[in-house]
Amino acid sequence: MIFDLANPSQLMQALGPDLLLIVGAIVLMLWAAWRPESDEHQRAVGRASLALVAATIAMTLWYSTRGMSSNVGVIAVDNFRWATDLICLLGAFGAIALGMEYNVRERILPAESHVLVLFATAGMMILAAARDLMIVFLGIELMSVAIYVLVGLNRRSPKAAEGSLKYFLLGAFATAFLLYGIALIYGSTGSTNLTEIGQRVVAGNFVAHPMMLAGTGLLLVGFGFKVAAAPFHMWAPDVYEGAPTPITAFMATAVKAAAFATFLRVWLEALPGMGDAWFTPIWWLAAVAMFVGNTVALSQRNLKRLLAYSSIAHSGYLLVAVATGTLGGSAAFLFYLVAYTLASYGAFAVVIAVGREGDANNDLSDYEGLWHVRPGLAIAMAVFMLSLMGFPIFGGIGFFGKWYLLMAAIEAPRPLTTLAVVLVLTSVVSAGYYLNVVRVMFMKARPDGAADPERTGSLTRGVVYATAVAILVLGLVPSRVIGWSRAGVPRAPQIQAASVDAPR
Amino acid sequence: MNPAMIPEGAHPLAATVARLVWLLPLLPLLGFLINGTLAMLGVAKIGPADPSANGGHGHGEVPGHADEHAHDDHGHPPRHKFAKIVSLVGPGVLVAAFALAVAIFAAMRGVEMEHPYLLTLFSWMPVGDLKLDATILLDPLSMTMVMVVTGVGMLIHVFSVGYMQDDPGYPRYFAYLNLFVFFMLLLVLGGSYPLLFVGWEGVGLCSYLLIGFWFSEKANADAGKKAFIMNRIGDFGFLVAMLLMFANFGTLDILGVAEQAAELPMGGVIATTIALFLFLGCTGKSAQIPLYTWLPDAMAGPTPVSALIHAATMVTAGVYLVARASGIFSMAPVAQLTVALVGAATAFFAATIGLKQWDIKKVLAYSTVSQLGYMFVAVGVGAYVAGIFHLVTHAFFKALLFLGSGSVIYVLHAAYHKTHNHDDAQDMRNMGGLRQYMPITFSLMWIATLAIAGIPLFSGFFSKDEILTSVFARISHSTLADASLLGMPGGTVLMIVYGLAVASALMTAIYMARMMLYTFHGPNRTGEGERPHLKEAPWVMTGPLVVLGALTAFGGWLNVPALLGAIGPVGGLEHFLEPVVGEAALRTTLGVAPHLPHSTELMLVGAAIFIAVAGIAFAVWRLKPAALVPRKDAPESTGIDRVLENKYFVDEGYAAAFVNPTVNASRTVLWKGFDAGIIDGLFVNGSALLARAFGWMGSQLQTGQVGTYAWVLLIGVITLLGAFTFR
Repeated sequence: MIFDLANPSQLMQALGPDLLLIVGAIVLMLWAAWRPESDEHQRAVGRASLALVAATIAMTLWYSTRGMSSNVGVIAVDNFRWATDLICLLGAFGAIALGMEYNVRERILPAESHVLVLFATAGMMILAAARDLMIVFLGIELMSVAIYVLVGLNRRSPKAAEGSLKYFLLGAFATAFLLYGIALIYGSTGSTNLTEIGQRVVAGNFVAHPMMLAGTGLLLVGFGFKVAAAPFHMWAPDVYEGAPTPITAFMATAVKAAAFATFLRVWLEALPGMGDAWFTPIWWLAAVAMFVGNTVALSQRNLKRLLAYSSIAHSGYLLVAVATGTLGGSAAFLFYLVAYTLASYGAFAVVIAVGREGDANNDLSDYEGLWHVRPGLAIAMAVFMLSLMGFPIFGGIGFFGKWYLLMAAIEAPRPLTTLAVVLVLTSVVSAGYYLNVVRVMFMKARPDGAADPERTGSLTRGVVYATAVAILVLGLVPSRVIGWSRAGVPRAPQIQAASVDAPR
Repeated sequence: MNPAMIPEGAHPLAATVARLVWLLPLLPLLGFLINGTLAMLGVAKIGPADPSANGGHGHGEVPGHADEHAHDDHGHPPRHKFAKIVSLVGPGVLVAAFALAVAIFAAMRGVEMEHPYLLTLFSWMPVGDLKLDATILLDPLSMTMVMVVTGVGMLIHVFSVGYMQDDPGYPRYFAYLNLFVFFMLLLVLGGSYPLLFVGWEGVGLCSYLLIGFWFSEKANADAGKKAFIMNRIGDFGFLVAMLLMFANFGTLDILGVAEQAAELPMGGVIATTIALFLFLGCTGKSAQIPLYTWLPDAMAGPTPVSALIHAATMVTAGVYLVARASGIFSMAPVAQLTVALVGAATAFFAATIGLKQWDIKKVLAYSTVSQLGYMFVAVGVGAYVAGIFHLVTHAFFKALLFLGSGSVIYVLHAAYHKTHNHDDAQDMRNMGGLRQYMPITFSLMWIATLAIAGIPLFSGFFSKDEILTSVFARISHSTLADASLLGMPGGTVLMIVYGLAVASALMTAIYMARMMLYTFHGPNRTGEGERPHLKEAPWVMTGPLVVLGALTAFGGWLNVPALLGAIGPVGGLEHFLEPVVGEAALRTTLGVAPHLPHSTELMLVGAAIFIAVAGIAFAVWRLKPAALVPRKDAPESTGIDRVLENKYFVDEGYAAAFVNPTVNASRTVLWKGFDAGIIDGLFVNGSALLARAFGWMGSQLQTGQVGTYAWVLLIGVITLLGAFTFR
């Protein structure tokens, strides 16, 4: 079915899953505000939110199997959108599930917390669909505003308040760059539609146009900030540490996935003609992010900070896929995103399980001898660490993620051999801290007097084991996900030809 | 796993028991699952209330003798409640695997093995144009390795039952050990480089887990970490080599790569680069210069682990890889010369260190490094059969030496335990005269010593002699002789290699004789109180030693040289491996089998025998075990002794040159310095003016670092825009 996006009713249909989520979230918000704050109410709203996310996932799956497409318009109807939607929705599902138990422990009462996750997810879905820079901006703001609030959800925690404000201020700063970049690109090409920009860039030979160059650069800054690529990463460790852990997990995975997906779409659909201009900057962004993330992570003791730096490093890996500028690169990108999302989610879920009230017990020393008291958690955490490291078999799908990235980098029309070597070398460095976590859990005795971790809630446990099993199973039979990510590359018919051999 | 098998029906092996080859790795995996489950169940029962349940391995070697300080009694802690099942399952799966391997081997002898037998299990990962299947490659080379891994592995598993059964982590130990065998079989049976790499990484992980098995000592866990990180450096080389193969050949199948490599220009850049990166991987896994220092430290693990992983199997994976990739190496003489030279240098260097070690396991560890160097010399000069032959015989005699030393340590430790003595059970200065207490171990270890020293008719003599002869034969008339390394003609390089190899052979004889003299001869220095407790280890441990002793004594008959054709069938292994490595080997020797005049060959053999005998004689003449004093009375050594005893201070050098700077840079420069120091100090604290410029952010925030972050962001923006504008 081909949607005619100029027709309002067909446009509505094309936005089906997004609208379902938004309308549902509004209803849930009213319900959440209706009753006084209590743990029961929070859980009830959480359950309803989970149901809504599940319904949206079902609808998205249904949409994705119907082979829909659309004419050129403000939104995209393609598999790349559905793939991104699914990753973000799974992220939301996890965040809400973890939050229901975490909020009880941390005495975070507002039931709106789950609704805010839904709103943020709605923003991500709009981002995933955006084929117009104005929609991109709309999506980013919708997502970010909800996240600003979510970071500061725990009003008793000074760290959370600090993180929230920091994220807000710096986010505003970065958004200004993004918006300015959009303005400059509009100024140069006279359009905000990605497809039209792409055609005009090629037709008008904008590669040396100063305004277009500045616009592209500023856009890169805006996205770089959202995906926490060095040197725009400074906010990430503080914010990740301060935010409630389920929200940290949400930010490290879904937010990053949505921002990256938009980033990739804009780059593949609007800016392939600018390849000569952006190739070197993105190359360096990727290299610097991999280097900074992996080396600084070596000296981290707090697990949340460690994972924050690790997520910066993974932004670098994903930027390698962007730098290829090919469809093969974006298939590798989607695949990597799946692997990374599963492993990060699991790791943060373990952090929640080991943590204690007041967001305590996040230090590496609290993981000493975890194997002796919670062997299941320790094994799962080892799987996540090895997966993030890209280790075969035990790292499951993580190994293939790296493998595909490397293959895409080598096969690109402008082979990124050096970048591939940097990737391999920095992942060697990353063994230093991922493995240290494994060592601490398995090869140290439990310190005297260290209390057991509290009983893990069933939802948290569910997230931990579901992600671990998914990583291992998909690691044995990755072909399904590979096929899925191949089908999921951005497909605007009139653009494909241009983006296949983009950066020449 | 339900392999959707596509038997390549055309192959004669397809109709035999060989089609069950996929069961080989599956058996130990099954063992791992069972033992792992038992380990988890056991752990959950011990629970947090009794973390010290694992605390008993504080005293170096023998486990299970729970903390003497804590509860001063002679009683063993209760055996693990699943110990019986584990003792059955752990070695059981290996016995089954070995039986299957023997059956497959018999089937293979019955058919013509011109082509390897490929068995595709399932479609593994499709990448672009490349489709990778999980394929098992069964050919004489992988068969040889499978026999070593399952055979020697089986014996060591049985030995472990005696050695480890009192350990609280007994099921976990066997789970790791089974898992190791699984990955090792995957490594040798993998039909493509990525699959081989999976096994390669997996054995590294198991080695890491087993070195750190007694983790209550920080040194053990550190040794594990060191092993892992050094191996990761090596793996980096392997990965880059794979990327280069894919980029140049478009395939990663072992056979496909070999086919394509044959069409490359001789000595070209591509083949040389790929070969050198592969070899970097080998230096990590097989402990060659410069990545060798982890192996001696790895002796912190249980002794059977040292025997299996760090002597007989895993560390030889690098040798196997070079033989496996012989198609590439033989196209790159420069890389071959590098391999041979690094191998020879390692052999020599490690042998000198071995001369002055006091820890019995450290002597064996450096000896292993040295012997691995020998194997690399062989595969480096293109004598792949000689390299694999030495790999096999070394697996026999080194496993025997390690298990024998394990018995000694076990007995000594038990004696010290009974008398509440805290002396070092691994220091040879505390041994001496054990011959009268442990006669079986004594005689078996002498057999192994004679074998490693190269005394005629013991297995090591045949393999070592073949290596030396091969090097000599290639000094002229080979692609190696025509190439040059760093401006040095290949012939000269090979002469240096030969010289180093002969010199290390001499030292090998000396340090091995030294070890035997100090351990088993002379007066006993263990202590008055301990002496009544010294006796032979139980049969479950001595039994495997006897089998290994027989293999050590007669293993040479696997490949008898033509010169000694009178004593048995000539070149058995040579013929067996010919279909796999024959072509590559001939390429190095310019198409004709290397041939030395009879007289030259006799002279070489004579010299080798002379060196072996001279080394042992020298040791017996110069070293007086009677003059030794127990460790606690020994003076500090000085001069060259001190340098050798401290292994040339290479570890300290590495720490100062690489490890500390990296950690410090990460800590001080990048994190504290850059994130907090420079930017904080320069832009925030140091400059009130700049801070005020950001006053709109609210005065409170300046004590936080948000201003700093904004600055970094801005610097990033400026740099990025600069990159866009000024190109």
